[in-house]
Amino acid sequence: MAQVTLNALRKVYPNGFEAVKPASFTIEKGEFVVLVGPSGCGKSTMLRMIAGLEDITEGDLHIGDRVVNAVDPADRDIAMVFQNYALYPHMTVRKNIGYGLKNRKIAKDVINQKVEDAANLLNLNDYLDRKPSQLSGGQRQRVAMGRAIVRDPSLFLFDEPLSNLDAKLRNQMRIEIKALQRRLGVTSVYVTHDQVEAMTMADRIIVMNGGEIEQIGTPSEVYHSPASTFVASFMGAPPMNLLDAMRENGAVMVGGQKVAEFDGSGLVTLGVRPEDILPDTNGAFEIDVTLIEELGAHRILHAVWAGQSIMISVAKDVAAETGPLRVVIKPDTLSYFDPQTGRRL
Amino acid sequence: MKRAGFSTRWLPILLLLPQLSIILIFFYWPAAHAVKSSFYLQDPFGFGETFVGMKNYTSLLNSSAYLRSAQFTVVFTLLVTILSLSLALLLAVKADKVIKGAKAYRTLLMWVYAVAPPVAGVIGLVLFDQTWGPLKDFFGLFGWDFRLGVNYFDTAFAMVVVSVWKQLPVNFIFFLSGLQSIPKSVREAALIDNRSASGRFWDVTFPLLAPTAFFLLIINITYALFDTFGIIDTVVKGEPSNNPMTLVYRVYVDGFRGNDLGGSSAQSVVLMVLVLALTVFQFRMVERRIHYT
Ligand SMILES: Nc1ncnc2c1ncn2[C@@H]1O[C@H](COP(=O)(O)OP(=O)(O)O)[C@@H](O)[C@H]1O
Ligand SMILES: [Mg+2]
Repeated sequence: MAQVTLNALRKVYPNGFEAVKPASFTIEKGEFVVLVGPSGCGKSTMLRMIAGLEDITEGDLHIGDRVVNAVDPADRDIAMVFQNYALYPHMTVRKNIGYGLKNRKIAKDVINQKVEDAANLLNLNDYLDRKPSQLSGGQRQRVAMGRAIVRDPSLFLFDEPLSNLDAKLRNQMRIEIKALQRRLGVTSVYVTHDQVEAMTMADRIIVMNGGEIEQIGTPSEVYHSPASTFVASFMGAPPMNLLDAMRENGAVMVGGQKVAEFDGSGLVTLGVRPEDILPDTNGAFEIDVTLIEELGAHRILHAVWAGQSIMISVAKDVAAETGPLRVVIKPDTLSYFDPQTGRRL
Repeated sequence: MKRAGFSTRWLPILLLLPQLSIILIFFYWPAAHAVKSSFYLQDPFGFGETFVGMKNYTSLLNSSAYLRSAQFTVVFTLLVTILSLSLALLLAVKADKVIKGAKAYRTLLMWVYAVAPPVAGVIGLVLFDQTWGPLKDFFGLFGWDFRLGVNYFDTAFAMVVVSVWKQLPVNFIFFLSGLQSIPKSVREAALIDNRSASGRFWDVTFPLLAPTAFFLLIINITYALFDTFGIIDTVVKGEPSNNPMTLVYRVYVDGFRGNDLGGSSAQSVVLMVLVLALTVFQFRMVERRIHYT
C-alpha cells in the first residue's frame, strides 16, 4: 500500500501532441481513485506514465517514498489490469497468474500457494490448467485480476478493465473489483470512460477533458457541485440541464421569471439536475413536455422551458403526459457557471 | 445456408484441367520416369537401356563420393538453416525496436530478397574472388589463405555464407511480422511482470513466435536442400572435382555431366523420399500445433 503523488506530470508525445497537461494530485494510501473522461482525453496516457509504460515528459512521480520517473515498470511495485486482459496466450491460467512471482525469485511452493489462494478468491480453481483461449471473457478478466492481486503490489492500475464485457457481467465485476480492493486495501487508480463506473466505484473521481483535469472530488461533490459545465454534462445520465439565464437585481431569471436569488449581472449558465425539478400543480414554472422516455423505475420527460430544452426525471408513480406541466425547482440544488469559461461561479 | 455450386458436372473439370495437366506433365510424369530409369542402366550414347534392378541404388550406397555429398548436405543444411534463422531473428528483434528510420532499415534488409540465386552466387564469387575479392584480402589479414574452388573447406564456407545471406530477408520479413503481431499489451504486461529483457524474450516473445519459427524451419530446410542449386552451381562452376556438393547438385552433375542417367535417377528417387518424409513431418506438426486466439 502506498501513497502516490503526481507533481506537474506532463506528457508530450514524440509527434508533439500534448496528451496530458501538467497534472498534480495525491492519492492516499488505500484510496480508490477513478480517472474518468471521454475517449482520447489522456486517461490512459496518465495511467501509463504511472505504470512506467510511457516516459514522463516533465514533472515527478512519487510512489511511496520514492521518485520513480526513471524506475522500470517491473521495479515500481505495481500491477496493471489491461482492457483486453493481455494474458499470455501460451501459458495456462496457473502460469499466467504466477509469472510475475516466478521472476521475483520466490520459492516454488510459495508461488503455488499464492496462486491457489488467488484462484480461490476469484473462483478460478477449476480453470487453473486451461489456456486463456479456453476461457470466457469474464473468466479471462478474473485471470487478469488474479495476476494483479497475487503479486500483492503497493499499487493497482486498471485501464478500462470492464469495457470488453457485456452489461450484466460488467455490473457484477464492478462490484467484485470494488469489494476486492476494499478487502485488500491496495491503493488503486482505475481508468474508465463510463461515468456510472466512476460514480459507483470511486472514493475520489478525477474528471479529465482534453488532457486537463477538470475536477477532483468525491462522487457526491463531482455530481452535485460540478466544477465546470463539462463535468456537469459528462457526469450523470441524463446529464445536468444547462440553461441560459440572466442576472438582474440580485436574482437569476429564466424566461423573465425569477428562479433564485443570485448576485451580479449579465448572462449566467444555470445548472440543474433532472431529478431536482419536480412536477407540482402549484409550481411557479410552466414547461411543455414533448416526449416521455419510459425507463421502468423512473421516466425521463423531455420538455421545453422558455425556449430551451430540458430533461426532468420523475419517479415511476408520477403520472406524466405530454403537454404543459407545472414544476418547482428544489432550492439549493442549483449550480452557476460562467457562460464564457464554463467554470463554476 | 445455400452452397454455391456448379450447375453442370463438366465445367469444374474443364476449369481444373489446365492446372491438373501442368501437374501431370511437369511433376508426375517426370517423377514416374525417374523412378523407372532408376532401375535401368542407360547407354551413354543413347543406344538403349538394360534392366539392372536395385543395382543403381546399391552402387550409390557403395560410392564414397555420394556418401561424402550426403554428409556435406546434412552439415550444409543444418548450418544454413540454423544460421539464417538465428541471424534473421536477431535482426528482426532489433528492427522491431527501431522507431526512427525503421522503414529505411527494413527496406535495406529486404533488398537481398529480390536477388536471384545465381546472381547471389556471382556476388558471392566477386566477394571471395582469388585475385580481387575484398573478403579474400580480409581473411588474408588473419593469415587465412582463402582458396575458393580449390580448398574444400573454403569453398564450403563460401557456399554457406552466400546461401545464408540470400535467405536472410525472407526469414527476416516473417519474423518481423510475427513480432509485430504480438499484442502490445501482452508485451507491456510482461514488462511489468519481468524486469529482465532476455527473460521476457524467452518466456513470452519467443513462444508466441514459435508457429512462425516452425514454418520457417521447414521453408529453410527445403531451401538449403533444393533451392541453393543456383548458388552452388555458380560457385562450383560445373567443375565438381574436389568441391563440396549437395545431393541435389550431384543429381545434376552425375546425370548431365557424367551421363549416368540411371544412377542420377536413383539419387532423385532418394530425394523424393526425403521430401515425402519432410512433408509428412510438417503435416503432423501443423496438426498438433497449438492455435492461439
Ligand atoms: N503514441 C502516441 N503518439 C501520439 N499521440 C498519442 C499516442 N498515444 C495516444 N495519443 C493521443 O493522446 C491522446 C490521449 O490518448 P489516451 O491517453 O489513450 O486517451 P484515453 O485513454 O483517455 O482514451 C489521444 O488524442 C491520442 O490520440
Ligand atoms: Mg484509454
